[in-house]
Amino acid sequence: MTINRELHNQVMWNRLISVVEEQALTLVRTAFSTSVREAGDLSAGVFDRDGRMVAQAVTGTPGHVNTMAAAVGHFINDIGPERIYPGDVYITNDPWKGTGHLHDITVCTPVFHRDELIGFFASTAHVVDVGGRGYGPEASEVYEEGIRIPILKWVERGVLNEDLVTMVRWNVREADQVIGDIHGLAACNETGRRRLLAMLDEFDLPNLDDLAEFIFERTHTATMTALENVPPGMYTNTMTVDGYDEEVLLAVTITVTDEGMHADFAGTSPLSAHGVNVPIGYAEAYFTYGMLVALAPELPNNFASLAPFTVSAPPGVILNAEHPNPVAVRHVIGHFVTDLTMGALAGVLPHIIPAEGAGALWNFQASARQASADDPKPPIELLMFNSGGSGARPALDGITATAFPSGVRTMSAEATEQIGPIIVWRKEIRENSGGEGKYRGGMGQILEIGPTDGYQFEFSAMFDRVANPARGRHGGGDGAPGAVYLDDGTPFPTKGKKTVPADRHLIMELPGGGGFGDPEERDAEATANDRRQGYIS
Amino acid sequence: MAVRIGADVGGTFTDIVIELVDGTYTSTKVLTTHEAPELAILDGISQIATDAGVDLTDVEQIIHGTTLATNALIERRGAKTALVTTNGFRDVIETRTESRFEQYDLNIVLPAPLIQRADRYTVAERLNARGEELLPFDEDGAGELIDHIGTAGYESVAVGFIHSYRNPVNELRFRELLLAELPDIACSISSEVSPQMREFERFNTVCANAYVQPLMASYLVRLRDELKERGAGCPLYMIHSGGGLMTIESAAAFPVRLVESGPAGGAIFAADLAARYGRDRVLSYDMGGTTAKISMIENFTPATAKTFEVDRTARFKKGSGMPISIPVIEMIEIGAGGGSIASVDTLGQIRIGPHSAGSDPGPASYARGGTEATVTDANLQLGRLHPDTFGAKDIDLSPAFAAEALVHSVGRHLALDARTAAIGIAEVVDENMTNAARVHAVENGKDLTGYTMIAFGGGGPLHASRLLDKLGLEELIVPPDAGVGSAIGFLRAPFAYEAVRSFYTTTQAFDVEGANTILAELTSEAMAFVREGTDADVVVERQIAMRYKGQGWEIPVTLDDGLFDDMAAELLGAKFTKAYEEFFGRGIADLTIEAVSWSVRVASIVEPPPRVELTTELKRGSDPTVSTRSMFDPVTGNDVDGCVVERTAMTAGDSFHGPGVIVESQTTTTLASHHVAVMQADGTLLVRRVAE
Repeated sequence: MTINRELHNQVMWNRLISVVEEQALTLVRTAFSTSVREAGDLSAGVFDRDGRMVAQAVTGTPGHVNTMAAAVGHFINDIGPERIYPGDVYITNDPWKGTGHLHDITVCTPVFHRDELIGFFASTAHVVDVGGRGYGPEASEVYEEGIRIPILKWVERGVLNEDLVTMVRWNVREADQVIGDIHGLAACNETGRRRLLAMLDEFDLPNLDDLAEFIFERTHTATMTALENVPPGMYTNTMTVDGYDEEVLLAVTITVTDEGMHADFAGTSPLSAHGVNVPIGYAEAYFTYGMLVALAPELPNNFASLAPFTVSAPPGVILNAEHPNPVAVRHVIGHFVTDLTMGALAGVLPHIIPAEGAGALWNFQASARQASADDPKPPIELLMFNSGGSGARPALDGITATAFPSGVRTMSAEATEQIGPIIVWRKEIRENSGGEGKYRGGMGQILEIGPTDGYQFEFSAMFDRVANPARGRHGGGDGAPGAVYLDDGTPFPTKGKKTVPADRHLIMELPGGGGFGDPEERDAEATANDRRQGYIS
Repeated sequence: MAVRIGADVGGTFTDIVIELVDGTYTSTKVLTTHEAPELAILDGISQIATDAGVDLTDVEQIIHGTTLATNALIERRGAKTALVTTNGFRDVIETRTESRFEQYDLNIVLPAPLIQRADRYTVAERLNARGEELLPFDEDGAGELIDHIGTAGYESVAVGFIHSYRNPVNELRFRELLLAELPDIACSISSEVSPQMREFERFNTVCANAYVQPLMASYLVRLRDELKERGAGCPLYMIHSGGGLMTIESAAAFPVRLVESGPAGGAIFAADLAARYGRDRVLSYDMGGTTAKISMIENFTPATAKTFEVDRTARFKKGSGMPISIPVIEMIEIGAGGGSIASVDTLGQIRIGPHSAGSDPGPASYARGGTEATVTDANLQLGRLHPDTFGAKDIDLSPAFAAEALVHSVGRHLALDARTAAIGIAEVVDENMTNAARVHAVENGKDLTGYTMIAFGGGGPLHASRLLDKLGLEELIVPPDAGVGSAIGFLRAPFAYEAVRSFYTTTQAFDVEGANTILAELTSEAMAFVREGTDADVVVERQIAMRYKGQGWEIPVTLDDGLFDDMAAELLGAKFTKAYEEFFGRGIADLTIEAVSWSVRVASIVEPPPRVELTTELKRGSDPTVSTRSMFDPVTGNDVDGCVVERTAMTAGDSFHGPGVIVESQTTTTLASHHVAVMQADGTLLVRRVAE
């Protein structure tokens, strides 16, 4: 084929992105984990022989953006280049070599072509259970959070490592589903591997090297062009959020140079005694996501688009958790990094950066337990994903009850009630919760739930923006803070475990997003419509 | 055979096909009359009947498909509609899935709800997931609400209560009260329109039905009466999105089932051809002016789904449209048509669509003021289209304008001349369609190896041979009359109805009685719809959507005949495991299996088309070539002298080697240098690669 080199590379780049999308889709289809399915809590990518990410599927989790990109380098290093064979499959869930907590299992598969190692496929999924205390912030060390699988061979030269399978099986709850999901990860890498080999044959390529160079060069140029929108200099921001034990101050200084953007988190509060600490790779992911979505939303994630973004933090701060700090629910604080770092640029990018939003998800796990020993019931775990409002944009209202920066979806109330003894009594827009402004913040929602069928709930809460609402921007008002209480008016703690009795309902008022611009400038018709629809009263 | 007419009202053209007593058919295209679509149909039908020498009183059946319902939804031109729902769930259709369909866009705008918040009302009532009462239905509150609905002047009411798919009692009661008070108001209840679990999808579906119902009911009655006035008093049937026929009474009650019925006709057209030629695995590829649609057909039956999205607002992205939960022929639609506009993004990558130049101003080469390069302009530049052989009589293609636009939109950004830019556009659009087809196959657990492609629509045959190569398929069928495929498909459709309902049970505690009851109810529901239209013999297909406990995506399992007994759980488990293995390679032992959604499809048996053997034999010495012109050959990457042949000049057995094009009034079939086309006795072209 003698088609112009340029066009040839463009076509192959498109194809490669399609290959990783097929890889990710295969994973979604087979996953047992609710968060994979409903929250898109997975990632999939193809890497060159040096472990540099060439293409990554777009999924619902910015948190995997950089962490996943770095993971393959760790696999190459720990396995040892001389021990990488055709037919191998590697595994880890190390929070500091994978994606930030034990619940994410990363599987990596080398690809050989014409007897030569040409690259890797890697994929990550949030599995149902990893043993330990179960999913939650209560651990004081990572040892309590579950089994930690170092980088090991899950399969060597086509032979399954039965010892490792047994070891994992005996250390997790719901072992069939967890082992099923690991096989699913390996299978989706295999889908990618086969597609890639077919592509190399079709285009008669010996390896990925030339194509990777083309992709990196193109992406690098475009990334640097996009960064020119931010003048070199230092930009700072701080943001206080509720935290787990006590309020957390998040602080950032972003240094912009001709080379890229560096975020330093000095000034941030110290580590928590509980599992809300964030490995720095995870903080880096939400910083990078914020910068890319603001400056270069068209760019695909690969080694070159991520390289200009770097982070640092002093030891001992909550955004720089190290082993053996507990990190199980690192997303609660981690998700705020996007609003924190975007906020630093709000002054120089007034037409791009939105107001702050609810940020952290209001997900919860309710452990349904028998309400009375006289009426024995099997224990059932329930999970619900719910989002507050996002911040108003420079020319648009915020989005109501919709997650940002996470891509989480909610689940149908009917489907939730099908799974366990819960009744969702109310799930509605929370009126008057969007911050005022020329553009109104997205509204939160009101959720009212209760146990049924002779159960009560051991409720595990981890709700933020109750004491510290989302701040408005450029004159816009703050979003409404969140609130949690029982239907008899009893206040309910927003952190930690507490019982919802059999005859009570729990009411959650989710926070709204901040407003943007002077409320006086809001279009009269927009305000009239807000009243007509009952968004404001 | 009887004289039958198919009428497909599309966005630009209304296609009319008449099938005569000898089984042959002729067709016509007239411009769609948007304000009153029946006018174009009536004119087209009168015209084609006159041309064919048929008296309208001799027509025995008219089958009609229309985008009217779809357009009313997209353009928000429906009735003033209220939604009545359970207390606490007023905003389900507004908060949607609580997610952004585009992860990398700060300025994303979610689709506005079909019914605004001010028109959404609630009633106190509540059932649990088993359909048992938690809170009694509030008769007084309902009465007050009905008074308000009357005074506020609503034309239509959608009712959607939580868990009504399990027990419709409160929806039925509300409708009873409503109609007692306001007998002329239109009312749709979710337990009838779409009794599937998941409130967002079900509520949205009942809202869509209520919203278009007054409009569609009056249109259908008007059409029937005017046809009768012109002498066509024969039965009028509608094609529905599931690819079957329904009576206009059913259509008037459930107009949401008419959404996406036009594309369904295309899939039936392809399925009929698949049966005719005995191809049991087919990829149907339909490319028009703004989009391409791809669907998979196995064993002569198009794949179906239980839910789909209308009006994807953002680049055809999943999640950016309105979900509609009704049985539908499954297809993917991508923004790749002849009018799709090419551009270069910040990465220097050529992008195609989703914007389309449409018919006004149209591609730059139409010389009607368009300045952006389109796929059509690229095809013109590459010699695949030509001013002399372009179908549309009133359009004089301008190669100069095309070349200028190609440089303007693409070439100047990448330092490419018009020709190279055109190659890039063609390659990228073909690659986009190829990737979409592959991803679609993966989503359905299929591998495309061994599939036959059937290409139609104005653009399908132009791009099909390249897709054939890129997908690694072996054969391509380009049927005659590809431009009116949907309308022909209508004439091949059975009377069919699929009844779907959510009902939850597991293999661990299988509810034998419940399962038998629901299947019996679904069967009688579907049968009743079919019996409105025909007394013919029927086939009954029963399916359960099943999954491992903990998964969120179900696999359809087809049931054998007969009632369930104590062995049901074991048998179902084995069937599911087998289906799962076919999908994903390996099953998982010892996990509980859940049955989630149940469906019964009843369809009249349509006589299969006579089997026709396709010949691959190359007749020696046949040379129908009429001329040559320079064109691009993607296999060698060179410009070559390609042959140009009129399709009508080819006779049975003629073979034609690429590089070249076969031209006809509605489309052009492109062959690269390693392709050969063989004209079949029935006018179909079979394209393959020449053995090396």
